[in-house]
Amino acid sequence: MIFAVLTVAGMAAAMGLRNAIHCVLALTVGFAGVAALYLQLGAQFVGLTQIMVYVGAVAILAVFAIMMTHSPEPVKQPAFSSQWFVGSIVAASVFAVLAWEIRSSAAFTQGLPPQPYVTVQRIGDALMHHFVLPLEIMGLLLTAALIGAVVIAMGHEEEMK
Amino acid sequence: MSPLQDYLLLSSLLFSVGLAGVLIRRNAILVLIGIELMLNAANLNFIAFWRFGPNPSALTGIMFALFSISVAAAEAAVGLAIILAAYRHSKTTDLDQMNSLKG
Repeated sequence: MIFAVLTVAGMAAAMGLRNAIHCVLALTVGFAGVAALYLQLGAQFVGLTQIMVYVGAVAILAVFAIMMTHSPEPVKQPAFSSQWFVGSIVAASVFAVLAWEIRSSAAFTQGLPPQPYVTVQRIGDALMHHFVLPLEIMGLLLTAALIGAVVIAMGHEEEMK
Repeated sequence: MSPLQDYLLLSSLLFSVGLAGVLIRRNAILVLIGIELMLNAANLNFIAFWRFGPNPSALTGIMFALFSISVAAAEAAVGLAIILAAYRHSKTTDLDQMNSLKG
């Protein structure tokens, strides 16, 4: 419950604050809250992966991107788009429909199953035997994404001069 | 309410917060962060259904969440690179000012 409140508060602050750096700082709080929820659900490996990937990599990447795209003169302009009212209405109605469906569904009446016994060794075994093809494809995808990100962000030679 | 419903409600709330951020923020980087929030909500759903599903000793939910996190990391790297390229081109990350297809 505490982690849920922390997560929602962090992510709402990340989407609502004015200063972009403050937004990313609030975002790390939200990501850490999601990781705590994973730990609470018994998925230790996924929780630690969440901390390493999101808090450690994605948030730092976003901070670097914000610092590199920071305009030299601070222009005072609204942080929200001109259609912010329509956007909030759409998001609120999406949440209302989802919450209504979840509350009214009858598919969740079963009790709590026992805590599953998940060790890192079992996850490694599964990755190396049953899920080895998706693992290889994921390595290929990450390599391609890395090279693609460098090529896109590098720009052309004449633009650098 | 069962605990699964609690987690699903929380995850739909996170998804809606991310969707609101995508729809109303002007900074392109924060829009990308909103997409990350929506992906996090989906991952929370995977883990919650795995934990409260009929067969939690199978590792499918954990595996799906791990691969989803990897894809989200790749997407964040490429997305931020595209935003940097667009910033170099148009000197702004304000989405309301990026309204020209021709450059």
